[in-house]
Amino acid sequence: MSTLSDPGTGNEGFHIGKLLSDTRYRSYTLQFITLLALIFGLSYLVNNLLTNLSEAGLNISWDFLGEPAGYDINQRPIEYDSQSTHARASIVGAINTLIVAFLACISATLIGVVAGVLRLSNNWLVSKMMAFYVEAFRNVPVLIWILIIFLAMSGALPQPRDFRGEVPEATMLFDMIAFTNRGVYIPSFVNDGAAAVVFWGVLVASLVGVFAYRRYATKLLFDTGRLLPMGWPSVAILIVPGLLAFFILGRPVGLESPELKGFNFTGGIHLRLSLIALWFALAIYTGAFIAENVRAGIQAISKGQTEAAASLGLRPGRIMNLVVLPQALRVIIPPLISQYLNITKNSSLAIAVGYMDITGTLGGITLNQTGRAIECILLLMLFYLIVSLTISSVMNVYNNSVKLKER
Amino acid sequence: MKKSVILGAMTVAGLAAGAASAATLDDVQARGTLNCGVTTGVPGFGEPDADGVWQGFDVAVCRAVAAAVLGDGDAVEFVPTTGKTRFTALASGEIDMLARNTTWTFSRDVDLKFEFVGVNYYDGQGFMVPSDLGVTSAADLDGATVCIQTGTTTELNLADYFRANGITYEPVPVETGSEATQLFLAGSCDVYTTDRSALAAQRANFPTPSDYMVLPEVVSKEPLGPLVRHGDSDWGDIVRWTLNALITAEELGVTSENIEELSGGSSNPEVERLVGSAGTLGEMLGLDAEWAKRAIMVGGNYGEIFASNIGEDTNIGLARGLNAQWTDGGLLYSPPFR
Repeated sequence: MSTLSDPGTGNEGFHIGKLLSDTRYRSYTLQFITLLALIFGLSYLVNNLLTNLSEAGLNISWDFLGEPAGYDINQRPIEYDSQSTHARASIVGAINTLIVAFLACISATLIGVVAGVLRLSNNWLVSKMMAFYVEAFRNVPVLIWILIIFLAMSGALPQPRDFRGEVPEATMLFDMIAFTNRGVYIPSFVNDGAAAVVFWGVLVASLVGVFAYRRYATKLLFDTGRLLPMGWPSVAILIVPGLLAFFILGRPVGLESPELKGFNFTGGIHLRLSLIALWFALAIYTGAFIAENVRAGIQAISKGQTEAAASLGLRPGRIMNLVVLPQALRVIIPPLISQYLNITKNSSLAIAVGYMDITGTLGGITLNQTGRAIECILLLMLFYLIVSLTISSVMNVYNNSVKLKER
Repeated sequence: MKKSVILGAMTVAGLAAGAASAATLDDVQARGTLNCGVTTGVPGFGEPDADGVWQGFDVAVCRAVAAAVLGDGDAVEFVPTTGKTRFTALASGEIDMLARNTTWTFSRDVDLKFEFVGVNYYDGQGFMVPSDLGVTSAADLDGATVCIQTGTTTELNLADYFRANGITYEPVPVETGSEATQLFLAGSCDVYTTDRSALAAQRANFPTPSDYMVLPEVVSKEPLGPLVRHGDSDWGDIVRWTLNALITAEELGVTSENIEELSGGSSNPEVERLVGSAGTLGEMLGLDAEWAKRAIMVGGNYGEIFASNIGEDTNIGLARGLNAQWTDGGLLYSPPFR
């Protein structure tokens, strides 16, 4: 019996006062009352909203999604023009959100892991520099970082027309990459028919091959104790088949460098200033938080582990990679999920620099031109909710795979 | 999904609650100030001066309404709004009226449930480029990067114009006019497009205005005017007829200087009705007899307001053009005060 005021004998019969006086029922009663109050409160709010909307002559309608958007979007991952529908404009925005969130998550993780490990370095200068990075970047709002990067780049980098003339004021890096105040233009791949598909296929296959080889070598080491070399065979498997395929197939894949034509560079890939500013700002800002997570994770591993590994004769690099980091991951992953979610949600600050993410298209121009504020905001909430829940469930699967296996 | 609907509903519940209130006039008089939505800063049209006092062509409309309703042209709470926030601010009741170079369009009037009370500036969308770009017509702009204020009709006109001419462009959306000019001056975009009046106004504030030129094309009709919410026609009437009073005053030769004299007696009955020395027009609006007189005295009649804020003698330097009285070949035509 877990309750203190247990009636002992159960044959006293039920009466209504027991709903409050008897601890067996009291919590149910209270929960039921709270639930009723909640339902009543919410329905009052919803009713109030609907009454007010109809009094103001407004109604909830989703028809606007099928109408032509009428505006242009600069970064279009899929086919889109001003005659496309608002729904399509929203999808373009959604993809743009995912692009910048993906890029920023990858870069922030790389920056964070490196900075977090280096912050624990025995080298005074290195560890202090990383401490400075972490404190400087996580203590300034990310919006400020976005604006700083955007304004610095738009002010400091040359205009496209500075690349023109006999003695241009600016030149392209390796004749391939142009840094301008409208963004960075980089070369793109030009694929030449079926041969190009074969070439890319070979590259992917050799990448898979590298992983397979390393897995095999590790297994062999654990099973038989035979040590196969890891370094040079991996590099060879990665490069040699690709190189062979490239020349045998007659160079099916080329690079197209950006070229100055008219007002702007054409050809190649245009990484717009707004994308770069947003991506970098999110990466360095969130990277500082991840660095702290990584440091906390590493410091959570008992020093005895490091000492034991050292007494076995492992070098510091291997101690970190083979002993400390795999255990630290268990501590690092859960807060890392929150950081990924933060990046995705913070990417809605894109509007500050005119990056056309879903907040800029659906929650910005579409909302403004159609006046359908409630509908647009609801769709936006739904989008961010789905993306965040997806990220968090995928990361939880990974977390389960690295966490301590209890037997 | 259900949860997010409910949360969303809660978020906007407060917003919608304000919209339902009627009788804006009573609210304004009880509050003692007029909440007027203006721009975040367009020289000549609405901008705080060096002392932090809002000045400008659109601001003058707010002050005239405040003078008519409250008897004090300074009893205005100016609420700066961006192209994106302005309609929400008006619909939610945060502001009583919006005087912020807003284009009168069908969908804003009908679908967004606003009431445009008139036109105080006939404008058209234009393009500004650096003079040394070597462009003399908007048709030469194929492939150009265009800075554009997002959430405005210019965004749609721009898409239509380039599409109709079969040329491409790269839009760079920005939130406010000042951000747009900053990017334009840095060369992050080749072209800046907005209403020609605003182009002229912002060009006047550039370090070297002569390095920039406004292209001759006018790609759209942009009738700009003050607006109020649907659902309170009495309040709409007050704002509409205050604007008409300013326009009529110019037509009848009533200025801030001679209005005292004219209200003592005039041979023109319409002047007498306007300044309130005859008739009961003010009473019909729910105001006193001298409402229009006070509105005109704050900043002068339409012509005086134009001349002192954006006219040819200011550094904005706009000609009257379409905005002349109908008697002078322009489009300004107020219905009669009768």
